[in-house]
Amino acid sequence: MIPLPEAGGFLPLAILLTSLLVSPVLFALPEHNARLRTALNLGAATLKLALVAWLSWRVSRGAVYDIGFTVLPGLNFKLQADPLAVLFVGLSAVLWLITTVYSVGYLERGPHRARFFGFFSLCVAATVGIAMAGNLFTFLIFYELLTLATYPLVIHNGTAQALRAGRIYLVYTLSGGLLLLLGTLGLWMLAGNTDFAPGGILDAVIADSPRMAQALFVVLIAALGVKAALVPLHAWLPIAMVAPAPVSALLHAVAVVKAGAFGIMRVVYELFGIEATHALGLAEPLAAAAAITILYGSLRALTQDDIKRRLAFSTVSQVSYITLGVALASPIAATGALAHLIHQGLMKITMFMVAGNLAEGLGVKKVSQMNGVGRAMPFTMAAFSLAALGMIGLPPLAGFISKWFLAQGGLDAGQDWVIALLLGSSLLNAIYFLPMLYRAWFLEADRPAESPPPGTPGRPRIGWMLALPPIATAAMVVFAGAFANAPFSPLDWTRFVVAIEYQE
Amino acid sequence: MTEPLQFWMVALLFLPLIGAIAAFVLPRHAPIVGMGVALGVTGAAVGLCWQVQSVGTGTVALGGWGAPLGINLHVDGLSAAMLAMTAGVGAVVSMGAVNTFGGRVARSAETARPRQYFWPLWLLLLTGLNGVYLGTDIFNLYVMIEVIALAAVGLTVLSGSLAALRAGLDYMFASILGALLLLMGVGFVYLQLGRLDFGGLAGADPSGALVAALALMFVGLALKTALFPLHFWLPAAHANATAPASALLSALVVKAALYIIVRLLQHMPAPGEALVVLMGLMGTGAILWGSVQALRADRLKLLVAWSTVTQIGLIFVALAQAGVAGLAHSWKAAAVLILAHGVAKGAMFLAAGRIRAEVGHDRIRDLDRSPVRPALAQLAFAFAAVSLIGLPPSLGFIGKWMVMEGALAAGNWHWVVITMTGTLFSLAYFSRVFAGFLRFDRVEADVPGGVVEQRGRAPMDYAPLALAALGVALGLVAAPILEFLEIGRAGGWP
Repeated sequence: MIPLPEAGGFLPLAILLTSLLVSPVLFALPEHNARLRTALNLGAATLKLALVAWLSWRVSRGAVYDIGFTVLPGLNFKLQADPLAVLFVGLSAVLWLITTVYSVGYLERGPHRARFFGFFSLCVAATVGIAMAGNLFTFLIFYELLTLATYPLVIHNGTAQALRAGRIYLVYTLSGGLLLLLGTLGLWMLAGNTDFAPGGILDAVIADSPRMAQALFVVLIAALGVKAALVPLHAWLPIAMVAPAPVSALLHAVAVVKAGAFGIMRVVYELFGIEATHALGLAEPLAAAAAITILYGSLRALTQDDIKRRLAFSTVSQVSYITLGVALASPIAATGALAHLIHQGLMKITMFMVAGNLAEGLGVKKVSQMNGVGRAMPFTMAAFSLAALGMIGLPPLAGFISKWFLAQGGLDAGQDWVIALLLGSSLLNAIYFLPMLYRAWFLEADRPAESPPPGTPGRPRIGWMLALPPIATAAMVVFAGAFANAPFSPLDWTRFVVAIEYQE
Repeated sequence: MTEPLQFWMVALLFLPLIGAIAAFVLPRHAPIVGMGVALGVTGAAVGLCWQVQSVGTGTVALGGWGAPLGINLHVDGLSAAMLAMTAGVGAVVSMGAVNTFGGRVARSAETARPRQYFWPLWLLLLTGLNGVYLGTDIFNLYVMIEVIALAAVGLTVLSGSLAALRAGLDYMFASILGALLLLMGVGFVYLQLGRLDFGGLAGADPSGALVAALALMFVGLALKTALFPLHFWLPAAHANATAPASALLSALVVKAALYIIVRLLQHMPAPGEALVVLMGLMGTGAILWGSVQALRADRLKLLVAWSTVTQIGLIFVALAQAGVAGLAHSWKAAAVLILAHGVAKGAMFLAAGRIRAEVGHDRIRDLDRSPVRPALAQLAFAFAAVSLIGLPPSLGFIGKWMVMEGALAAGNWHWVVITMTGTLFSLAYFSRVFAGFLRFDRVEADVPGGVVEQRGRAPMDYAPLALAALGVALGLVAAPILEFLEIGRAGGWP
């Protein structure tokens, strides 16, 4: 790609600052000033979406944005908006707006809202920073910021259970962060540089001391694998689902697990380079780890009765599709992986918001209580069904597109076992999602007594702020699948990115 | 005296001295005098840094007496940075102290004495600190560190509680012993060389007597800076003092002795590998033992005090990271960590004091029972913890990065492991406190209005909050800070 002279650094910085600067203001706002807080939240989220739209338009025309300054001699803080970054920034901008609407509805009159939205914004800022980090050093800074910003969200309820989950979450993610610090240092010592560049920056090191390069790769993947929930580093994720529904939605769709998966992409494509990763014999173990995670997550999801726990194990499984696609040496698989980054986000956020709505509207928190909920909340459950079918991989929904490309990529790379893996995983997806749909739509509600609050016969009342967001994301699941070839669809953008990473 | 650089140097020494006398003579106006002097010193420090940045190092011969016998003041990048840190943290602590020891609070016999003596003691302490950072010969440094010790012991016992008095007594014994050892070392140097200024030391031929002198001075200073296993006096002293005094003791006082060690390493003839390794080992002991004690601490201020022990240890590991050969670079990592700890720990003790004042106690176990959550003070505490743990982008992170980078480059994996272990430990003990801040299901029942985070906010919370946030943000401008530290060091480390 030829850098155009007119591009500057203002736009990435502005996108970062929309959420970073609004956060202290939200902290400082008095608790009862809900209207101003909501206006600020929505205003910032909308502004960011507009900026990101503008950015992606410019980047698609070949503009290159970067901005940075020196932190230590030779070591820079650097933001850059390459197409891969735009992919992730776009996801976070769209889902931030939607989740903000949902959170405002969800936390209505709840405690600690100032704190919640402050950290919520900080969390989104960290995600944007992770997406646009131009080198591993900058990535590390935002990776740690993300941990710190999500911790208070995870323990938002302030119960003993939440605190325990928070402690486990911190132990896992901060140990991962420390490992990433070690990896960054190692990279800096070995390569004298931590920049992300298509094709990798480690060629000289790999030629010189392949053992060191391999060790570095293992350290970096282990560090990122904690957040990407690679088995056996996944244990924090199902525990962290005690967080409020919008937080779980954000954690599973955009923020934490995706930060890990995105980091793995950066490491494989832009630090080592896909060819070098294969030459070092590192791609197969990574693919194997991903395959194990995919199956293990699905198997564990089968036996979970708690809806959010089942969804959490499903995330463990689904996020590793991304890692799998990255590890397979095929541009087609890479297309599937990158598209899945977006698709999984859309589907999983829908499901977590629905889970929140079921708990809010009907008090339903377990799969075994889901009988007949489809009749009580038809639109909400329709959204859930679309997302679940998408997860299973039913055409023409979004999940089908990613699985299709992953399977093709497996064939392309000569790894036929990928087909079997994907079929097996889809089968498992069906086994744990379809019974939920069956209960919701085809079984009679067995005990309506406990759930609906007194005075509201029939339909439970949840505000539009809770009802609309999952419907909107479910619609996106349909569009991302059905119009996968439209310009600026996730798949279309993905192809653009892959062309760069594979240097075609 | 016409040059602005020289003017600021002299002002930094005499302004607090005059202020201390004035505050002692005019106890009614002590808070105003104290606050004014603290701000004035901050202004002078800023002016000095500005001058150092633009014209470089400077020297003043007080009274026209030059080296080797007279009193020379000298400033370079490291001195100026230490002076600026001292002045900035001191100004913020003074703001906190105006709240505690100033204003129009009803006077009782119990509060009268602290109110009367805090300001003169603190300004005397500031004189001593500035004197150390400007001093150029080891006898003057000894005198100044005695001034500091005098003021610091006074500040420790200010609250008048039995625990504080006991801690103060221990502190005084440790301090006197340390001073004696330092003085013996200084005497050895004088017998050997006939002069005591840094310039003379740097040119001296290495000899056994000088090594012995250096060892004596090191032990004395280690006692004063509370390096493990000579730290025994610190936790009780820092935990039992009143909050502003604790902040001064932890953030500033221990740094003076540390600074002298850095200067001695810079100027004394090759200290020998054994001493450097010893420093690293003592630092390791401090990190491990201090962390375990911080994990076991039952009170917030005690935990923060033990965290000081670990941080001092980390600074010594930073000095030792790459052996004698690496000292030319590793002192910068140590200096960054000294600055980072000063800023963060000052904020943290002030925040801990505020939390204690609002909640009514500082038992970590029971913090989550309180319906009052001083949110701003808690936030300040959290920001300070970010820097102390060494999470990016804080200045503490930059310091740890430099330690690990230097250790890796020198092939000293063990120091990397120690640093990372210390980081994990600090996460563990600080997260005990965060759990106390954020847990709500243990709040004692029937509280009118429920749990309110807005309660327990006060305007004076903004001072530590700003200081803590500064500690986090400074990491982003580490490159200019490092450049500044190297001013006057272009000639290289001996």
